[in-house]
Amino acid sequence: MTTITYAVRDSRTMLRRNLRHMMRYPSLTLMLVGIPIVFLLLFVYVFGGTLGAGLGGASSGPAGGRAEYANYVAPAILLMTVAGAVQGTAISVSMDMTEGIIDRFRTMAISRASVLTGHVVGSMIQTLASTAVVTGVALLVGFRPTAGLPEWIATIGVLAMVALALSWLSVAFGLVAKSPETASNLPMFLVLLPFLGSGFVPTDSMPAALRWFAEYQPFTPIIETLRGLLLGTPIGGSAVLAVAWSAGIALLSYLWARGLFNRVRVR
Amino acid sequence: MNDRNGARKMGTASFPSAIVATGVRKSYGDHVVLDGIDLHVPAGTIFSLLGPNGAGKTTTVQILSTLIGADSGEIHIAGHDLARDPDAVRTSIGVTGQFSAVDNLLTGEENLLLMADLHHLERREGRRRTAELLERFDLVEAAKRTPATYSGGMRRRLDLAMTLVGDPRVIFLDEPTTGLDPRTRRTMWQAIRDLVAGGVTIFLTTQYLEEADQLADRIALLDHGKLVAEGTADELKRLIPGGHVSLRFADPAGLDMAARTFPGSTRDDDALTLQIPGDGGVRSLRAMLNHLDSAAIDVEELSVHTPDLDDVFLALTGRPSEKEKESVR
Repeated sequence: MTTITYAVRDSRTMLRRNLRHMMRYPSLTLMLVGIPIVFLLLFVYVFGGTLGAGLGGASSGPAGGRAEYANYVAPAILLMTVAGAVQGTAISVSMDMTEGIIDRFRTMAISRASVLTGHVVGSMIQTLASTAVVTGVALLVGFRPTAGLPEWIATIGVLAMVALALSWLSVAFGLVAKSPETASNLPMFLVLLPFLGSGFVPTDSMPAALRWFAEYQPFTPIIETLRGLLLGTPIGGSAVLAVAWSAGIALLSYLWARGLFNRVRVR
Repeated sequence: MNDRNGARKMGTASFPSAIVATGVRKSYGDHVVLDGIDLHVPAGTIFSLLGPNGAGKTTTVQILSTLIGADSGEIHIAGHDLARDPDAVRTSIGVTGQFSAVDNLLTGEENLLLMADLHHLERREGRRRTAELLERFDLVEAAKRTPATYSGGMRRRLDLAMTLVGDPRVIFLDEPTTGLDPRTRRTMWQAIRDLVAGGVTIFLTTQYLEEADQLADRIALLDHGKLVAEGTADELKRLIPGGHVSLRFADPAGLDMAARTFPGSTRDDDALTLQIPGDGGVRSLRAMLNHLDSAAIDVEELSVHTPDLDDVFLALTGRPSEKEKESVR
């Protein structure tokens, strides 16, 4: 077998290991799915009536506003699910690094990248499963996407792309953190970023400085792309920006993570 | 013991050395951890690196097992150049570190199967090997549980079993019995002896002199990043003075006469004993007994005291060994 087939085989082994970890200790996964669901319910039922009315759409009255807001906020909640799920990746990578087994892996003739690749692929599976659950709940509370099959496939593609980028980023966070506690805090800002963009309210309602940030931060084009795919709003240049941001974050994070992993920590 | 050593040496003559290291240095900033050490370990033997905490034992194992790089020096493991082909070295070695290297979220059996997969064994072969190792290390009952429920000894056994899945030719054991109770320690010792009987080479670090004495064919003393002595346990003990013959007498008169016969001896009037310096060898013992005979001195009791590794350690480093320090605490 060639080096590549060994690398793929080792990555698959590591992926199986990570999936087994997730299934054996489902509490972390459940928490990661639970948080965006809580936010979804909060924003649709508590804030939805008022915020929806502020969107200035055709429907009037609190009930109409709520239905409109459910559609508006759902793409942001999906992105939030991705951002939250990778927090679990940072925690599990960091926990892994505190265990002696990583040193054992390093002294074995296995593909070094497989340890990290296993985490990333595991994280993507976990993330996409979480977004499926959250999408289901969103549909139950009034999310009415207009997407056809091609749009749904494209949506999954966008979510997978973002999950890949943020998974590598959180693997790097998990490696750079000195403890699992720090590792769980580092990616926290990812969960907040949708708020400081077009996720929950249109950016033109924000003060100038914040609006500037909101319009140029990476999550806004991603949310606009998702919204366009799911609800048929105009996408424009957002799709290209979303791909560029994701590819850039993925590449830089991958290089950062690889560098961190090769620099052995000595106890 | 002698037979076993003899056989082992004959057997190794045709094999290359398992570990050859020359001039290995490592420092972290200004702190010199290893100050140019040379090692030579013949295949099929147990080599023990003995030293107190902070002497550089773990760093040595980390370098030899490809975990960290040395600043300088040349290292060959199982015939492979460590700097040029670390992956070839990795296929030949197994490492059981001081810190438990098991996956705490997987069961004992899953841990072994994980190793089998990473060694690219066929599924059936992996299962067979796992079952065999669980049996051999008395872990069949615990196979379906996670290591969180294991005792310290069981964790070490699982750790060692995981190291053996890949059938390594050279095994590094970094303080394999630190923190284990005496009975579990002896079980580990037996497991280690069984490994060498199977032909593998073992590089063992320990801070317990008794462990080195019990297991190792050759012992090197490491202190402040330098090897201060190397040899068999017996050779090391002969390096230093401290051996003597102790004679006990029935009455003070006998003690008086003997003390006059052997100038340079140390007398203890209360215990009626006399300590005569010497290596305790047969020749010097016979000469001493002849002296006693010709002077017609009656001896109640005779005992030979040879220095142990504790004495060696103290003499060579000027400090008591870890064991003694521990017993003082």
